[in-house]
Amino acid sequence: MGIEIVKVENLVRKFGGFTAVDNISFSVNKGEVFGFLGSNGAGKTTTSSILCTLLRPTAGTAQVTGRDVTREPNRVRQAIGIIFQDPSLDDRLTVEDNLKFHGYLYNMDHSKIDARIAEVLSLVELNDRRNNFVRQLSGGMKRRLEIARGLMHQPELLFLDEPTIGLDPQTRAHIWEYILKMRQEHDLTIFMTTHYMQEAEVCDRVAVIDHGKIADLDTPANLKSKYNETTLEGVFLKITGREIRAQAAESAWSQWMRRT
Amino acid sequence: MGDLWAIYILWLRDLKRYWYDKPRIFASLGQPILFLFVLGTALSPNFSGPGGVKFSEFIFPGIISMTVLFTSIFSAVSIVWDREFGFLKEVLVAPVSRWAIVVGKAFGGSTVAVLQGCLMLLLAPLVGVRLTPAIVLMSIMVMFLIAVAITGLGIMIAARMKEMEGFQMIINFIIMPIFFLSGALFPLDRLPEWLSVLTRIDPLTYGVDLLRHVMLGIGAINPLLNLIVILAFSVLMFAIAVMEFNAAD
Repeated sequence: MGIEIVKVENLVRKFGGFTAVDNISFSVNKGEVFGFLGSNGAGKTTTSSILCTLLRPTAGTAQVTGRDVTREPNRVRQAIGIIFQDPSLDDRLTVEDNLKFHGYLYNMDHSKIDARIAEVLSLVELNDRRNNFVRQLSGGMKRRLEIARGLMHQPELLFLDEPTIGLDPQTRAHIWEYILKMRQEHDLTIFMTTHYMQEAEVCDRVAVIDHGKIADLDTPANLKSKYNETTLEGVFLKITGREIRAQAAESAWSQWMRRT
Repeated sequence: MGDLWAIYILWLRDLKRYWYDKPRIFASLGQPILFLFVLGTALSPNFSGPGGVKFSEFIFPGIISMTVLFTSIFSAVSIVWDREFGFLKEVLVAPVSRWAIVVGKAFGGSTVAVLQGCLMLLLAPLVGVRLTPAIVLMSIMVMFLIAVAITGLGIMIAARMKEMEGFQMIINFIIMPIFFLSGALFPLDRLPEWLSVLTRIDPLTYGVDLLRHVMLGIGAINPLLNLIVILAFSVLMFAIAVMEFNAAD
């Protein structure tokens, strides 16, 4: 196995009396596309928020690019790029303003920011929108811009939290094209959370998370043969059952998010 | 070094947003102009202020302080918008110290507030206040002190506020009292005891008084005391705001 770029040991996160992440351990290798699969409220976003340094663990440890997320958060932040589930652009600024802002926040060499903006914009085919205000862009374009921004500072590890939620199939296909292209070009590791099972098919390995625990973790092919299913969707349903996940989990989470 | 650039870019963001939104620049001058000319003119005949100044002259520093107060608080509380629209996350996951985020935001908001205050300064000749370059320079410095104190207060509030719904309450129960008790519209020396006490616990009182010293050469409080109170208040607000941002997990 290669270098472990993410290493999680006995991680626990509680929100009041509710345990969102229940003693999980796993690791992600450099260059891998790693999928975190789960229903709403299963603990996906909580885990990735801890890895992104937005949340502190209640117990256990998490290392990203060899650094502890609670002890050296700024070193971790510098090494990762994040594409959030919800929009996080300043829509009163232009496309270029947003990217430049990101470059300065990540302490990039200022003389290189301009060229890098052109590079990431051409990757997501938004070059001709450079001087538009973000609020003038369509939903799909904003999503592409978020991807461009996440790549600005050349992270080693890219977090994608439900990267294509709410997008039409064409845009989704395009976004995957970009992501896989830059993975090839830049030796990037990708950590993705999703509940679209088709998307999970492109992962090298997937972890199925349910009720805050990892129910299984393997390559999509191995999972399918192990559970004797032809699709990941089938595997997923077999592992997690058919009941709708507790609403309690989600409301505990959203109430907590309101406080941050 | 990275933190200094972060402060710069947060500051620049506020300036750009200000510049892009020109209608707002003028819209927000409407209220102070009404105060200055309508109230100023209407109440002038019955006013006998310190140093023999006319009422409209007397309230001019007060109205400028009001402009700075409201612009500062709006800028600072825009953090709550940033949280609702997700942009705050982009800032919080960046490799930047929490104090730098607070300082960058405060400088951005303060600069915008001072620019609005400077637009009001242009009205000085119409009110009969004579400005020299030295007075303008000192006024800008005082406006900046007030702006830093109030953005500090605003950021401290915004760090606790999760939704914009609470904003009207902040205006009614914090900002309006700060404005009305500051002596922006009346002299501080002829008040009943209870009101006098209230004016002295209002941080803006010291800013308005200092600006009056600078612009009109009159004031009710020792300028040095004014300066010390504003600075101390700013430091306190920043300390609390940084603590709050650090505490968020």
